[in-house]
Amino acid sequence: MTAQRDPTAALAWLAGNARRHPGIAVGTLVLAIMVLVAAAAPWIAPRDPSQIAPLQRLQAPGAGFWFGADLIGRDVFSRTVHGARISILVGLAVAATSLSIGLLIGLLSGFVRWVDALLMRVMDGLMAIPSILLAVALIALTGASLGNVIIAISVAEVPRVARLVRSVVLSIREQPFVEAAVVAGTRFPLLLWRHVLPNTLAPLLVQGTFIFASAVLTEAILSFIGAGTPPSIPSWGNIIAEGRVVFQFAPHIVLFPGLALSLMVLAVNLLGDGLRDALDPRFVSRA
Amino acid sequence: MLSHILRRLLATVPVLAVVAVVVFSLLYLTPGDPAVVLAGEQASEDDIARLRIALALDQPFLTRFGLWLSGVLQGDLGTSVFSNRPVTELIAQRLEPTIALTLAALAIAVALALPLGVLAAARAGGMLDRTVMSLAVLGFSMPVFVLAYLLIMLFSVKLGWLPVQGYKPIAEGLWPFLRHLALPALALGLAYAALIARITRTAMLEVLNQDYIRTARAKGLSETAVLVRHGLRNAAVPVVTIVGIGFALLISGVVVTETVFNLPGLGRLTVDAILRRDYPVIQGVTLLFSALYVLINLAVDLSYGLFDPRIRR
Repeated sequence: MTAQRDPTAALAWLAGNARRHPGIAVGTLVLAIMVLVAAAAPWIAPRDPSQIAPLQRLQAPGAGFWFGADLIGRDVFSRTVHGARISILVGLAVAATSLSIGLLIGLLSGFVRWVDALLMRVMDGLMAIPSILLAVALIALTGASLGNVIIAISVAEVPRVARLVRSVVLSIREQPFVEAAVVAGTRFPLLLWRHVLPNTLAPLLVQGTFIFASAVLTEAILSFIGAGTPPSIPSWGNIIAEGRVVFQFAPHIVLFPGLALSLMVLAVNLLGDGLRDALDPRFVSRA
Repeated sequence: MLSHILRRLLATVPVLAVVAVVVFSLLYLTPGDPAVVLAGEQASEDDIARLRIALALDQPFLTRFGLWLSGVLQGDLGTSVFSNRPVTELIAQRLEPTIALTLAALAIAVALALPLGVLAAARAGGMLDRTVMSLAVLGFSMPVFVLAYLLIMLFSVKLGWLPVQGYKPIAEGLWPFLRHLALPALALGLAYAALIARITRTAMLEVLNQDYIRTARAKGLSETAVLVRHGLRNAAVPVVTIVGIGFALLISGVVVTETVFNLPGLGRLTVDAILRRDYPVIQGVTLLFSALYVLINLAVDLSYGLFDPRIRR
């Protein structure tokens, strides 16, 4: 971690760790390909994802339709490629939102004694509500939209981040170098910037990858049960939900986006596991 | 021991209180008029007004919360806006499939994960270890519904061994009941098994490094006795903890699995309630599952004393 100020050293560190923890290399590679595909979706997709072709409906995968066609003849390949955008967007947005809010709450909780007990009880309560149901309740009240999906999943992830940051702060506060800095008259913002935040970086990075994976999964589940991304937007969960009724004779509508979803989550989990082993942050837990 | 139980029991009260407040206030925290959102797009002014009274949205917040909470404490979760029947009644009707599915998934998960996790730790670094751990990462990366559809495709469509979907109550005979339960329980259980197997392996690795394991081996105990009686027993606390925490995973899995396999359980009730914008039902199910989650983790907490006498204080 110390070598990271120098960019070449950081690269060397990454390369060295990628060799010892192949999950980092494999995860990053698969993820990078998926991000590229998502970014280039309009050029890669042979058809407009919402273009209807009634004559081609339920067509099996083949030359014209690589992943087949759905109930109203839309191209499953084009829809799957576009669906990657939604998953990546939701994953990144949820990770960014829950990490920043969780960081704030965790810092507050770790440094301000009198709000700590209150905040932690609230976090315990939020953690006790199964995240899918919390999201379902929020979506039922606010209506299905991409923004609401992101907010709903983030709310469920914040408590874990807050607890993580709080435990880092509590252990850092006891360290001799922090006590020395306080004695030397270091002001609080500098203390935070120089000593506390750098120590939250590794655990937050690892936690962030797990949040990304869990957000991608949760969005798909929510869309699948009809409480997620609006059906007008092709997301993996939506495509699978639409293919559900014809699964027995047209399994391709469910299987292709399902495999894409599994592959993305797998890549992120491999990356997260690799980073965790390489950085060895304590306090991080998946569940 | 008794004071330990009492203390743990008391500690769940604030958590349950926060759960109640959050579940209740969601209706008020959301922007806009909840009655308008819940009534849907085709609702008339009358519908909205009726809903507003049904949900008591015309009352002040604290009054409404007091009424609702005293109802909940007396076992009244409100009335469904869709069917006009008590939410508790709707929940009671849907309980059997969900309980059966959850218990079966839990049984499959534990039966698979414990032996595999122990063996992986015993042969750390070997082929078996690497295979089991790769499958475990795959297991919790693959969404329950994708796994479920793959299982249906193999066992129901290709081989024709098991029904594609549906549920048979246990009262209609054990065999049809088990046949209908097998695939959903397997789909749900595998993801959970993956989580438990990983923790079992990690916990076992830590334990197997201890001196008493070396002593047990040195005095000539069989490998099984070393692994199970001296190893697994001492690794029990983290394993039981993840079984409790993973219960949340099981709950969200229930919602999905019941949808895929068309089981008339609580998950299906929730999904139907989303489509009908039946908020009291969603609220009731959420509260029930959260309380259950807290209680299960309380039971997990108390079980530590069984495995580790040092915790019995």
